[in-house]
Amino acid sequence: MDTYYHPKDLARFSDVGKEAPELWQKFNEWYNAVFKEGALSEREKALIALAVAHAVQCPYCIDAYSTASLEKGSTPEQMTEAVHVAAAIRGGASLVHGVQMRNHVDKLSM
Amino acid sequence: MALLTLLNSRNPLADAAAQRATLEALPLARTFDEAVGAAGHDPLRATSLSVLQINVGKRCNQACHHCHVDAGPDRTEVMPDDVVDACLDFLETTEIPTLDITGGAPELHPRFRDIVRRARAAGRHVIDRCNLTITRLPNYADIPAFLAAHQVEVIASLPSFAARQTDAQRGEGVFDSSIAALQRFNELGYGVEGSGLLLNLVTNPVGAFLPASQRALEADWKREIRRRHGIVFNRLYTITNMPISRYLQFLLESGNLNGYMERLLAAFNPATVDGLMCRSMTSVGWDGRLYDCDFNQMIDLGLEAGAPRTIFDATTAQLASRRIVVGPHCFGCTAGAGSSCGGATV
Repeated sequence: MDTYYHPKDLARFSDVGKEAPELWQKFNEWYNAVFKEGALSEREKALIALAVAHAVQCPYCIDAYSTASLEKGSTPEQMTEAVHVAAAIRGGASLVHGVQMRNHVDKLSM
Repeated sequence: MALLTLLNSRNPLADAAAQRATLEALPLARTFDEAVGAAGHDPLRATSLSVLQINVGKRCNQACHHCHVDAGPDRTEVMPDDVVDACLDFLETTEIPTLDITGGAPELHPRFRDIVRRARAAGRHVIDRCNLTITRLPNYADIPAFLAAHQVEVIASLPSFAARQTDAQRGEGVFDSSIAALQRFNELGYGVEGSGLLLNLVTNPVGAFLPASQRALEADWKREIRRRHGIVFNRLYTITNMPISRYLQFLLESGNLNGYMERLLAAFNPATVDGLMCRSMTSVGWDGRLYDCDFNQMIDLGLEAGAPRTIFDATTAQLASRRIVVGPHCFGCTAGAGSSCGGATV
C-alpha cells in the first residue's frame, strides 16, 4: 500500500546525506555526541527523545526510541510516563493560549 | 496460565535440527566466521578450561517464555548416575577451578546435593543457576541454607524489578515468589557485603531487543530493588536472549526473527571476541555429551570432529585447544557489550 511513511525507510535515513555529505557528517557527529552519557545518562536521554518523538509525532523516531529506551533499561511503565509528559506539555501548551484568548476577549469586551 | 514446552506442544522447533535449519535459512549479511575474520581474528579456538558447566537435566518447575533449554515440568531428561560420576571424576582429576551447575532447575536433580558436596570437597568454586521459585517449594525450602553452608555462588534469574515484566517472561506469580526467595537468601547473608556469600542476578530482556548496559542497569537495580523490597545483591548480569528453542519460537510467532537477527549482526562488537565464554568452558549435556556452550547443546551442535564426544573420554588438553563450533546464534554473544553466562564481556 502506498503511504507517506514506510517503516523500512528508517534504515535509509543516511540517504538524506547523499546530496549534502558534509552537512550529513556534521549532523551525525553532533547527533551521536548528544546521546552519549553526560550529566544525563543514556537511558534518560533516550526517554527524553521518546517523549519528544511523540510531541513532534515522528513515527520513525517513536520506533527508534521505543527500542532504544528498552535497550537502555527503561520499563514500559517509565516509557508510558514519558509519553504522558509529552502529552501534558502539548495539552498544556494549547490550554495556556487560553490566556491569550482571554486577553483578546477582554480587550474587545465591555 | 501454564506454559507448555515445545516438546509437549508438539512444536516442530522441539527438534534441534529444525531450529538449526530455521537459523541457517535466514538471509543474513554475513556468517559469524566472516564477522570474526573481518574483525582480524582467527577462527575461534578454546584458550583454556576454567569452567565445567554441567546441565543436569531439563526438568523445571517453571516454563519461561524465553527458555533456550525448552525446560519445564513435563521434561523427563535427568543426568543419570554414571554421567554425574564421570563429571565429578573429571573435575577431581583436573584443575578446573569452577563447576557451574545448570538445568532446568538443577536443584530438582536427585543428586544435586551430592554434586555440590563433592565439588566443594575437591576445593572447587561451585555456581548454582537458580530460578529462585524452586526454593519456595516445600521439599526444597532448605536449599538456600544448604547452599550457604557450602559457600555456593548463586546466580539467580530475575528479568525485572517490576512484577509485570517478570511474570510476562517467567509465568504468573513468579515475581512474588522470587522476591520471597531473594529475601530468604539475604537472611542467610547472601548478597550482604563481607559475608562471602555471592548472590548475583541475571536479567534477560523481556522481548525482542538487546539488554541495557550492565553497569548502568546494575546501579538502577540496586537502588530500586532495595527501595521496593529491601533486597541486596552483589552483581547484575545482563544476558542477551539467544534465538534458540522457546525464544526462537517467540521471535518467529511475533514476526521479530529477521529484525532481531539483523539487530544482533549490526551490533557485532569485535572487542567481545577475546572474552567469549566458549573459549574457556566446556558444557556437558544431561546424557554426557560435550558442547562448546549450553546454547550449542540445545541445538545439538557437538564439539568439532576429532574432539572428545562425551565426558567419559574427555581430556583437558584436547578440550582446552579445540576449535569452537559456531552458527548464526553466536551473534548473540558478540552484540553490544557482549553476553555470557557471567553477563557482559566488555
